[in-house]
Amino acid sequence: MAEAIFHIRHAGPHTSIQDGGRPGLSRFGVPASGAMDRAALALAYAALGNPAGAACVEVAIGGLQQDLTQGTLTVAVAGGGFIVEVGTQKHGSWTVLTLRAPQRLTIRPGPWGSWTYLAFAGRLVAPTWLGAQATHASSGLGGGILTTGGHLTLTEPEPRTGRDGPIPCPIWARPASDLHVVLGPQDRFFAPDTVEAFLTLPFRLTGAYDRMGMRLDGPKLPPVNALAIPSEPLLRGAVQVSGDGVATVLMADHQTTGGYPKIATLVGPETDRLAQARPGGALRFRAVTPEAALHLARRRAAALQACVAALTH
Amino acid sequence: MTPIFRPPVFRPVADRAVLVDFADAASAGVEAAVQSLDRALAAHPFPGLTEAIPAIVNLAVVFDPMQTDHAAVTRHLQGLLAHPATQRAVPARHLAGVSYDPPDAPDLPEVARLTGLTPDQVIAAHVSADYHVVMYGFAPGYAYLGGLPDALKLTRKPAPVRNVPAGSVIIAGSQCLITTLTMPTGWWIIGRSPTKVLTGDAKQPFLFDVGDTVRFHRIAGTDHG
Repeated sequence: MAEAIFHIRHAGPHTSIQDGGRPGLSRFGVPASGAMDRAALALAYAALGNPAGAACVEVAIGGLQQDLTQGTLTVAVAGGGFIVEVGTQKHGSWTVLTLRAPQRLTIRPGPWGSWTYLAFAGRLVAPTWLGAQATHASSGLGGGILTTGGHLTLTEPEPRTGRDGPIPCPIWARPASDLHVVLGPQDRFFAPDTVEAFLTLPFRLTGAYDRMGMRLDGPKLPPVNALAIPSEPLLRGAVQVSGDGVATVLMADHQTTGGYPKIATLVGPETDRLAQARPGGALRFRAVTPEAALHLARRRAAALQACVAALTH
Repeated sequence: MTPIFRPPVFRPVADRAVLVDFADAASAGVEAAVQSLDRALAAHPFPGLTEAIPAIVNLAVVFDPMQTDHAAVTRHLQGLLAHPATQRAVPARHLAGVSYDPPDAPDLPEVARLTGLTPDQVIAAHVSADYHVVMYGFAPGYAYLGGLPDALKLTRKPAPVRNVPAGSVIIAGSQCLITTLTMPTGWWIIGRSPTKVLTGDAKQPFLFDVGDTVRFHRIAGTDHG
């Protein structure tokens, strides 16, 4: 059988096709997109023995239910603490299992996490835009947003029953309430007291979150003399503060330039952990030097690489 | 007015970028300095360079933290700045047709009223200017064009309008933009252009590079269905 086909019975909002993203095009207004939790996606691929970067389905907290109507293939679900049901069997996310048509796969939110990754032993058929299948959610360009009633097709589906079983969930793949940032690049537009409040008082994640950014509730951070800042380049993880002092952390589909001051920027891998936080969850920001940030990024990358190597065997 | 230059400031950003700040406020000289460093870096990249993002007063240089670090990147950029810029590239010139007729130009009457001009004078002013690509932002292919005549300078609308169609020619402040997607905007919609900044051509997916020049000319209203 050349293809596996899923009919989508239910897709919650923000569930889309993602991959390793399309880095390098910010100068043309195109953010990298790709998985909100890149570490979880890397582990899902590794658990299947797939090369990194292939397309997967990023399942948001609204969940996903789809019927495999044709084919046999192994899938991995990694990221967050979701519930995965196949027929009468119930698993947690962080699992590899083999599906045989006709079979229903249901992914529902569980005890923690906001995003989980459904990766396939097979090639997902979906549009490519600018070299990647990652969906840029606000335009819909790329692989696309999943919709109830639609379907997914995979070519070269493979059962890899030898890989069935749990995937160890590393401690650092869980959401963190302490997030490491480097101050700036526009912290000079905030009074010392305001920077102090940012680094010592708790924030809460609001319900205003999507793939572009996550708005925070917490101490007001009034910018000073920041009204006339020319638009500047933005990076994923930037903590941008609007004129009314409300902070938003920019995520995978962020705008590439903007005129609001950035009080701080998350260390790269910390955006993966923030992505898994849920509305209402408490957060604190802890400042580190750029050198310490670089070492943290390298340590986290080495830890991820060790897990990937152990899973790939 | 002579722009006041200060030495560029190198600001480390998180674990993976250096922001080279040339000034606090926009000017033609600052824009040229940003684009000169951008070109020099493209000609002399360092191992681990992910991308450079030019904006109005600064250039973000993003790197792979597995391969290099802020200090090494800053040294490389200082080296590029110490040598007189590589030859000024001749910017590409583009011509874009614009329909200023209904229903392509819903805000033209209001722009005329607010600027004290007639609609024809607004159109004449818009096609008279030389524009240049300052930077991209907001959405894929949204190229900010500097050079809008002072007579057309307006602050943006109090609230954005939703579902503004792709190809809309919009203005605010001293800038103009041809939209590429159906998106909300608070800018004034004065026309519609068939010119596609997102070309759909894999070899050259974006029509403009930062620094390119653009002129507009009037075309008959096109039937957009």
